[in-house]
Amino acid sequence: MGRGSLVREAFPVIIRLIMNFDFEPLPLPSLPPGRTGQVVRIQGGRGLILRLARLGIRPGARIRLISASPFSGPLLVEVDGVRVALGRGVTRRILVRPLP
Amino acid sequence: MVGQPNSGKSTLFNALTGYRAVASNFPGTTVELLRGKALVGGRPVEVVDLPGTYSLLAGDRAEELSRDFLISGEVDVVVNVVDASLLSRSLELTLELSELGLPMVVCLNMMDEAEHKGIKIDAEKLSDLLGVPVAETVAARGIGLAKLLSLIPQARPARPPRYSADVERALAQLSEVVAPIAKATGLPPRYVVIRLLAGDPPPGTSGQPELSQAVAEVREKIASARGEDPALVLSAERHAAAVSLFEQVAEVGHAQVGWRERADDILMHPLLGYPIMVLVLFGLFWAVFKVGGILEGLLLPPLEELSQGLGALLGQGLFSQLVVGAFQGLWAGVAIVLPYLVPFLFLLALLEDVGYLPRVGYLMDALMHRIGLHGKSVIPFLLGYGCSVPAVLATRILEDERDRLVTAALAVMVPCAGRAIVVFGLVGRYVGPLAAFGLYVLNLVVIALSGWLLARLLPGTGPGLIMEIPPYRRPNLRTLLGKVWLRLKDFVVVAWPLLIGTSALFALLQALGWSPALNNGLRFLTWPLGLPKEAGVPLVFGILRKELSLVMLTQAFGTADLSSVLSQGQMVVFTGFVLFYMPCLATLAALGRELGPRRAGLVLLGTTGVALLMGLFLRGISALA
Repeated sequence: MGRGSLVREAFPVIIRLIMNFDFEPLPLPSLPPGRTGQVVRIQGGRGLILRLARLGIRPGARIRLISASPFSGPLLVEVDGVRVALGRGVTRRILVRPLP
Repeated sequence: MVGQPNSGKSTLFNALTGYRAVASNFPGTTVELLRGKALVGGRPVEVVDLPGTYSLLAGDRAEELSRDFLISGEVDVVVNVVDASLLSRSLELTLELSELGLPMVVCLNMMDEAEHKGIKIDAEKLSDLLGVPVAETVAARGIGLAKLLSLIPQARPARPPRYSADVERALAQLSEVVAPIAKATGLPPRYVVIRLLAGDPPPGTSGQPELSQAVAEVREKIASARGEDPALVLSAERHAAAVSLFEQVAEVGHAQVGWRERADDILMHPLLGYPIMVLVLFGLFWAVFKVGGILEGLLLPPLEELSQGLGALLGQGLFSQLVVGAFQGLWAGVAIVLPYLVPFLFLLALLEDVGYLPRVGYLMDALMHRIGLHGKSVIPFLLGYGCSVPAVLATRILEDERDRLVTAALAVMVPCAGRAIVVFGLVGRYVGPLAAFGLYVLNLVVIALSGWLLARLLPGTGPGLIMEIPPYRRPNLRTLLGKVWLRLKDFVVVAWPLLIGTSALFALLQALGWSPALNNGLRFLTWPLGLPKEAGVPLVFGILRKELSLVMLTQAFGTADLSSVLSQGQMVVFTGFVLFYMPCLATLAALGRELGPRRAGLVLLGTTGVALLMGLFLRGISALA
């Protein structure tokens, strides 16, 4: 293994360590209940993005996961002090960066 | 009156015009235009309550209705009702409305909620920045209404927000092109351009190749510069403007945390939430049964005596039978229907106003996915427990055409208050509350199975659940009673006269000796179900109003004590059939309006088929038991 590839492979790992493991955005359901995340982006069509934006869920928004119901049920989240129920399919398209 | 869902428009509307609108603590209660009269500065004006809308870029049918009304030219003054506790988000709609150029007043409603959340709002500054009068109200407690009314004559067009330079350039570039259209439609050019940019062309702009090419060019330019659809760019710009406005006028302090914030930890708990939901709903049925039973026991005997006395007094003639029949319809309304209907409507209203209903939607979402729907469809279902007509109308809050059809078809199978009366008054009273609850559970299972089947027949995945869950609110007794009265009025005005009329008609049929012939004709229905043939006519009368079935039953057998003529099994079968078979006439009309006659016909056939199957199934069960 040459030095170049070592740096290439080690660099992102070090960066991630510095960034507290939170470099890659996670889909919302992976956030532990009670934690807050910042929306990085929403993977979806214009319709979905607009419908979420109307409720304040848009890139940059802070979203707190209150609880997740069992059997792939919906998630209850809080955005701007409003509680919103989101179906599991919808939440998988919302990518967040966990905030401490 | 226009505002975001659940900002209290209907509550305000009621406070201004008297109780006319059903107001509830969940988004999307109002799906129609409601008109009422109020006095403003001594002059009578028409007040219109619009369905709640998050944005003028309509997302569902109810929102379209609001938007189209706003640009119809019928509006003199817009009262923008804002939930002060959600000011930042609500201002996005306010800014959108300002682009319409209509005279406007902003009504900061729910000021008490805002205080609870620690939000202090400088209303004067907001008024200066927007350029319109701003009133502060707590509509639920009647605070600030006089001030709001006094501000309406001072309504002015608001200052539309300025966007980033590139967007403004695009707007300016197009505004000349649309000038003639704006003039023709009476809409402000800025609004027309914004709609065009958002890819949602307003009326009067279609079929103009030059215009659409200019629009496409500008849209393309914005999209490539920003890397996003222009509609999203506009939405983000408006959001930024609203946030900046909010920061200038509001101070956010410490929120109080009370039971209302903590209740969800238990009520929406991933495991505890479900048993609690079952308990709450069972408690509701138990309470209705208990209270109804007591009231019925108090009211029935004296009224029955009275009716017998009346019969004795008038003798045996045809006329006397007619009068006694009509009187029986009258007392049946008092003694059989009201004792169950009033507590039921009251408790349903209580659950609505506390804010539990949308939570049931959340808890049921996973289950609803199994039948190809999502949790939002639960709202029409739950409204269906009150009456099927608003349930069918409430399907307008769904975004997807297929979801609307499936939800409407299933929602009419939900036992409405009229059918609840049959369940409580027959099965609940004579067989027991557990059996009544069992019928409700069976009903749910059948709806789920039908839904599963429909999902196979009509495949397609609608968008997932996106539903605002309102905060818990302390219910207000006056609002509750107002709502019960509003729903009861439908019974008193429509059903009661029908009850009296059909009772008299039925008495006439019996007096003329025609009812046996009719009953024999209906044997094809009653025989397979194992019901006595006297039950035939009452079953059919249920098409007019479901509660008629029970009342006619007491008449058909000539006794109020049905346990002497029907076995418990027969009662269960009768009720099971009534639960499912074709929806009443009012519901059919609503279905026809919302889905079209062909689909309404299919729903009718389907439900009646299900009813026959269920009747046979219940007969089998009760034969075994």
